[in-house]
Amino acid sequence: MTLVRWLKRHLVVLAGLLTLGYLLLPNVVVTVFSFNNPKGRFNYEWQQFSTDAWTDPCGVADLCGSLSLSLQIAAWATLGATVLGTLIAFALVRYRFRARGAVNSLIFLPMAMPEVVMAASLLTLFLNMGAQLGFWTILIAHIMFCLSFVVTAVKARVMSMDPKLEEAARDLYAGPIQTFVRVTLPIAAPGIAAGALLAFALSFDDFIITNFNAGATVTFPMFVWGSAQRGTPVQINVIGTAMFIVAVLIVLSGMVISGRRKRQRA
Amino acid sequence: MMTKDTSGDVRLSGISKTYGSFTAVHPLDLTVPQGSFFALLGASGCGKTTTLRMIAGLEEPTSGSVSLGDQDVTNLPPYKRPVNTVFQSYALFPHLDIFENVAFGLRRRGIKSVKKQVEEMLELVQLGEQARKKPHQLSGGQQQRVAVARALINHPKVLLLDEPLGALDLKLRRQMQLELKRIQTEVGITFIHVTHDQEEAMTMADTVAVMNAGRVEQLGSPADLYENPNTTFVANFLGTSNLIEAEVDTKSGDEIVLKAGGGKLSLPAARCSAPTTTGGKVLVGIRPEKISLTHADDAGGIPEGRNRITGKIADSSFIGVSTQYVIDSPVCPEFEVYAQNIDRDARLIPGADVVLHWNPAHTFGLDATQDIDAGVETVGEEASA
Repeated sequence: MTLVRWLKRHLVVLAGLLTLGYLLLPNVVVTVFSFNNPKGRFNYEWQQFSTDAWTDPCGVADLCGSLSLSLQIAAWATLGATVLGTLIAFALVRYRFRARGAVNSLIFLPMAMPEVVMAASLLTLFLNMGAQLGFWTILIAHIMFCLSFVVTAVKARVMSMDPKLEEAARDLYAGPIQTFVRVTLPIAAPGIAAGALLAFALSFDDFIITNFNAGATVTFPMFVWGSAQRGTPVQINVIGTAMFIVAVLIVLSGMVISGRRKRQRA
Repeated sequence: MMTKDTSGDVRLSGISKTYGSFTAVHPLDLTVPQGSFFALLGASGCGKTTTLRMIAGLEEPTSGSVSLGDQDVTNLPPYKRPVNTVFQSYALFPHLDIFENVAFGLRRRGIKSVKKQVEEMLELVQLGEQARKKPHQLSGGQQQRVAVARALINHPKVLLLDEPLGALDLKLRRQMQLELKRIQTEVGITFIHVTHDQEEAMTMADTVAVMNAGRVEQLGSPADLYENPNTTFVANFLGTSNLIEAEVDTKSGDEIVLKAGGGKLSLPAARCSAPTTTGGKVLVGIRPEKISLTHADDAGGIPEGRNRITGKIADSSFIGVSTQYVIDSPVCPEFEVYAQNIDRDARLIPGADVVLHWNPAHTFGLDATQDIDAGVETVGEEASA
C-alpha cells in the first residue's frame, strides 16, 4: 500500500527522470567512450580507461582542421542568417507590402522541404552556375537553410512587441537609430539570440546539404561520417563531449546570471 | 515663478487627418493656452487620439499646422518636439528599470548627471522606493505614475495624456485624477488630456472640447458645457438630458413660450442655440436634477411661473444620496428625474401620478433638426472605448 502511495506521489518526478535519462544516455555513452582505449580501429567496445585521446585531441589527421572549418562556417552562417533573418522578420511583422503573404509562406519552404532534395537541387544550381564547390558554396547553403529558423524565432518575438514602445522612445527624444539601439534591439534580443543559437547548431552539424555541396572540402560532420567507414578515432568522442560540456556551461551560466538578476530586483 | 507667457500655447490651424476615404479629423482650429488643463472628450473613434498624436508628431496631419508658442512644429519629428506623451498602455520600457525609464529622455538629450533629477521626479510621484524595480513588478497605478514621471522630467512645454487612467479601476482612477490635477498645478505645464470619460474630463480639466465624428462639437468650461449645451450630442454625452420636442408659440423679448403636448413651457431666449420662428420646432432640454417632483394631489401648491409637465412614475431606483425616477409623460416617454433624498414622499412610487416642475431659467433650447439621441451612451461603447 505504501509503495502505491509513494508511486502516486512521485510519478511525475519519476517520469521526468526517465525521460531525462532517455535524452542524456547517448551523451553519457559518448563521454564514457572518450576515455576508452580501443583495440583496433573501432571504438564500439569498452576496453580500458585511458586519457590518451583527451591529452591529444588533434592526434588524428585532418580532425582538427575539419573542426575549425566547421566552426568558421557555423560562425559566418550564424552571422549572415541572423542579420538577414532579423531584417526579414521585422519587415514581415511591421510592414504591409505586396506579396507579404507569399513571402511569409515561402520563407518556411526550406524548413519543410526534405534536406536531400534541397541538397541535390542546390548542387545542380551551383554546377550550372559554374561555381567552385567549397567553403563559399557551403556557407551560402547554410545561410539559406538557417534563415527560416531565424525568421521564425525573431518573428515570434517581434510580434509580441508593443509598437507603442518605439513611439514612446521617439517621443522621449530618441532618433530612429537611438530608438533601434536602445529599445527595439534590446527587447527583440532574446528572439534574435534564440535564432542565432539555432542557426549555429544547425550549421555546425549539418551533413546532408554540406556533403552534396562541399566538393573536396571536409567539414567536421563529414569527417566523422567518413572515418566511421574506416574506424572511429576516440578523438571524435572527445570533441563530442567537449561540445556537450561547452553547451551545458553556456546554459548554466545563463541561468546563474538571470537568477542573480532576479534576486537583485527582489 | 511661472510667468504668464504664451510659449506653451498649442495652436492647431486647419489641422485634419484622412486615411484613404475615411476622415478621422475634419479641419480643426484649436488654441490651448499655456498652463491650462485641457480635455479632449469624445467616444472612441471620434478623432481625439488622432488629434493628440498629431500634436505629438506621431501622426502626420493631412492638412493644417501645429504650433507650440511661436514655433511651427508641423514638420518636426516627435523626438525634436518639446512635447511628451503619457500613453494609454503606459509603454514603459520592459527591459529598463524604473530609474532608467524615467532617465530615458534626459539621457537621449545627452544630459550626464541625471541622478538628482530622476530621484526628485520619483519623489514627486511617490515612487522613490521602487527605482530599481522593473515595470512589470509594479501595480497598474504605480506604472501609470512612472509613465507620468518619465514624461514630466523632460519639462515639456506640453504634456499629452492619452486615456491615461483607462486601465485603472474606479477607485484608483479617482485617486489618480486628483493626483494628476495636483501635479499639473505644481509644475504649471500645459496638459492636454484625451478621454472618453465625461466625469474624468469635467473633474480635471479647465476647458473641455467635446469631439464627435472628427469635429469639435463644443468647447468651454465643464460647467458651461453642462449648463448650456449647444447640440444634442453634448447634451446627451455630458451627463443626462431630457429632450422634449416643442413648437414655438410666442416670442416676447427674452422669453420664448413653447407648446409641448397640451401645456406651455417657458425658455429664456439667451439659452436657445437654435433659430426660432413662430410655429417652428425646437428641442427643449432640462437636466434631471433641476426638476422637482410633486404628487398630483398636491399640484395646487406648486408656485406660479414654473415650467410644468404631468406624468406617471414608471420606475424608481434608490441610489442613496438621491432617488432616480423614470417618468412616463405624454411629451416624453422616458423622462428622468433625480431627486435628493431630503424629504421622501412615500406616495412617489411607480404608478403614481405626478407633476414635474422646474425653474424656466434652467431650460435650454436646441435645434430640432438634430438627432435627438446623438451622444446617448450605449453599454457596448463604454467597454470598447
